[in-house]
Amino acid sequence: MIRELHKKLISKEITAVQLAEEYFARIENMDKAIHAYLTLTKELAMEQAKKVDAKIAVGEEIGILEGIPGAIKDNICVQGIRTTAASKILDNYVAPYDATVITKLKEAGAVILGKTNLDEFAMGSSTENSAYGPVKNPHDLERVPGGSSGGSAAAVASDEAMWSLGTDTGGSIRQPAAFCGVVGLKPTYGRVSRYGAIAMGSSLDQIGAITKTVEDAAIILSIIAGADRMDSTSAKSGDKDYTKYLTGEVKGLRIGIVKDYFQDLNADVRASLEKVIETYKKLGAEVKEIELPMAKYSLSVYYIIMPCEVSSNLAKFDGIKYGLRINDANDDPNFSAKEDANCLPRTLLETYLDSRRYGLGAEVKRRIMLGTYALSSGYYEAYYLRAQKVRTLIKKDFEKAFQEVDLILTPTTPTPAFKLGEKTDNPLEMYLADIFTVTANIVGVPAISVPCGSVEVEGKKLPLGFQLMGKWFDEENLLRAAHAYEIHPHTN
Amino acid sequence: MFHVSCFMLSKDEIKHIAGLARVGLDEREIKKYQKDMSSILDWVEQLKEVDITGVEPTAHITGSENVAREDGEYDFPGKSEIVALFPDKKDNFDKVKSIL
Repeated sequence: MIRELHKKLISKEITAVQLAEEYFARIENMDKAIHAYLTLTKELAMEQAKKVDAKIAVGEEIGILEGIPGAIKDNICVQGIRTTAASKILDNYVAPYDATVITKLKEAGAVILGKTNLDEFAMGSSTENSAYGPVKNPHDLERVPGGSSGGSAAAVASDEAMWSLGTDTGGSIRQPAAFCGVVGLKPTYGRVSRYGAIAMGSSLDQIGAITKTVEDAAIILSIIAGADRMDSTSAKSGDKDYTKYLTGEVKGLRIGIVKDYFQDLNADVRASLEKVIETYKKLGAEVKEIELPMAKYSLSVYYIIMPCEVSSNLAKFDGIKYGLRINDANDDPNFSAKEDANCLPRTLLETYLDSRRYGLGAEVKRRIMLGTYALSSGYYEAYYLRAQKVRTLIKKDFEKAFQEVDLILTPTTPTPAFKLGEKTDNPLEMYLADIFTVTANIVGVPAISVPCGSVEVEGKKLPLGFQLMGKWFDEENLLRAAHAYEIHPHTN
Repeated sequence: MFHVSCFMLSKDEIKHIAGLARVGLDEREIKKYQKDMSSILDWVEQLKEVDITGVEPTAHITGSENVAREDGEYDFPGKSEIVALFPDKKDNFDKVKSIL
């Protein structure tokens, strides 16, 4: 898809400016209903598009992503652009620098259309935790697009962007990609620099692409991957052309399936997954049953490690250096003169308490509190340290499995997209939406969600996706296998 | 999948944690978090059934350690933009309430 637009640009069938204008017109039409975007960056996009057109006009060669319009999740900093992380506490925050991925995309000539909606600070699986209102699933407006990168997935699915960036801490790229019927790639932890992405769980977070096709995901990864002096966890030897591994061949590749994952599985999800397995067998891959006995603890490990890291990472949002500050009674949205009469003037401590009270949403506060509790004196060993030890055991499961297989195939989500409001009252229910995706973050391996048909629910066709997980830093085989299925999909 | 929680954080514990986390809460939120956090903590109790004897903790998953670079200085171009973000300022200083 990116390649098709690229060809249109070099054959002068369309100019980069016209292309960007077409996308903005589409956004204008669609986004009142979808709400994928929080901020549009028209000025930046047009300036970028004009540069590309100037190059084409003088016959200069352009790169594959030059002039191709995409969208950026609003927890990734773009210099001079409002960056909210969908939180009221950053409502007026204008990023003073570019994230490393943005620097790389700008150098590659990409056109940035805007910043996409998400669950506040990327905490959620439906975008219903956005302080600016939820995103709707383009396939059924009564359903969630998934989350937290719901805006990025919905933007691509509704043709409001050709590609987008998301972040993935427990499934936040792959789960919305599955719900919206697009491709979502979470690279290996450290493959892509996290500098300039607003941190949630620093040992889990990774930036990746949401696209229409596997080839497009490989194109974006080739641009954003690589070591970065601003992120000491970023890995060397990352930058290469990942598209050259897309041979369509999977002969001899060993794909593992986990029997336990098929028990109690939604019938539609199961049926579609079985067809995917059949397809891989037909294409010559070897499908083997494997065991991951510790993986069932992943979600529990996640709900200790992630809130602990959240409580530390979000301590900086305190109303002091930037963002919302509730200093005095007249800043206070719930100010009641009667209540406040005794405690004027307010103290610095109250500035912290009130800025966070009104600036942060319910789920964010819940996770900060949970992490603070688990790290507090007397509980550290029982929670955080124990979770880190179980994390080691899950990693060992994967090391063992990857001696027998090259890839692991699972559903991306337990069900197709659920309805807005269906899970908002019960945080644990919502957390279960990530049950198949979270393990890849716990062990740090790369994983991709690929569309595999749809199921009709209440008269609407809802997309399904399957997930492949690869070995650490083996995006090559991951993308190769995902692409092979994509060009030889099963028929429903 | 979720049994009725037998573990319950007290209101005072919630207030204490909120204080440590510098999060202001009202009575309604205290009650809600009491219930939510208790059921989440109760649920993660399943990790207690895992034998972790002799297992090393994993903090960093890909195993890189001691990444070093030259301790040099470089210019950050967005200094004035950072100052512009101060919620309240006097000259180039971020103006906050007095600590004492």
